Amino acid sequence: MKWLMVAIIVGSTVLADLLQSFEMKRRGEVEVEDLRPGRIGGMLAGLARRGPLVLAVFFMAISFFAFMKLLSVADLSFAVPVTAASVVIETILAKLLLKEQVSPMRWAGACFVAGGVALLAV
Amino acid sequence: MAAGRMVFEELKPTVVSGRRLDFKTKALTAFVVLTNVLGNFAMSWGMKHQPAALANSPLVYLRTIFSPWVLLGTALLILWLLSRMTLLSWADLSYVLPVTSIGYVLTAILGKYFFAEQITWQRWLGTGAIMIGMILVGLTSPNTTAPHGRETNR
Repeated sequence: MKWLMVAIIVGSTVLADLLQSFEMKRRGEVEVEDLRPGRIGGMLAGLARRGPLVLAVFFMAISFFAFMKLLSVADLSFAVPVTAASVVIETILAKLLLKEQVSPMRWAGACFVAGGVALLAV
Repeated sequence: MAAGRMVFEELKPTVVSGRRLDFKTKALTAFVVLTNVLGNFAMSWGMKHQPAALANSPLVYLRTIFSPWVLLGTALLILWLLSRMTLLSWADLSYVLPVTSIGYVLTAILGKYFFAEQITWQRWLGTGAIMIGMILVGLTSPNTTAPHGRETNR
């Protein structure tokens, strides 16, 4: 049960982030002006019409509820470090699927962050 | 010294042309982190300060959802989602993830001061590791993929 929830959380978080990154790059750069109060509604509506982003939010919801479920069967000190694994998995997939150039410095940074998040929950 | 200067001279053109994008990206990163941390905090505060008397009534859920703190938290988390998507339109996923993970640290610090949670030496060590990771990734160029139809250096 515990590890099934972990797999669902990590899997859906990874999918949500990959979908968001892919679709937002495809859409093109968002202008800062679009985030102003008068225009933010229009931007939100525009994003809500993009299938991959809707799917990403759906996966975020799955991840959220699976995390809640995990907290009912495991401690926070187990749940948080497990989610840190997604940083490394997403970096690998960003390189393989999104064709990002992950330099050694970026690899090192991702590993430090994942290790650090794991330590935070000890 | 001389070697260091040579490296600097080589880096200079990229630094200058990318400076505006760089500043924009860092400012938005700060906004993404703040809305996430404050949004989670407001949610958490709202949930922990509910009247316990109505605990079994469905009304309590409605009251919780429409309490000022939870509404504020929801608004902040919507802003977080939008600003994070914006950041992902400017920068790599492998850049955004590590640099926004400072949020874990800020959440731990807020937890210490407002919810009287303890910070052990392992947590400080974790905090240090996250900061190092963040700085390492922050030094790399935010966007390494070819832009899709738009130029990056604006």
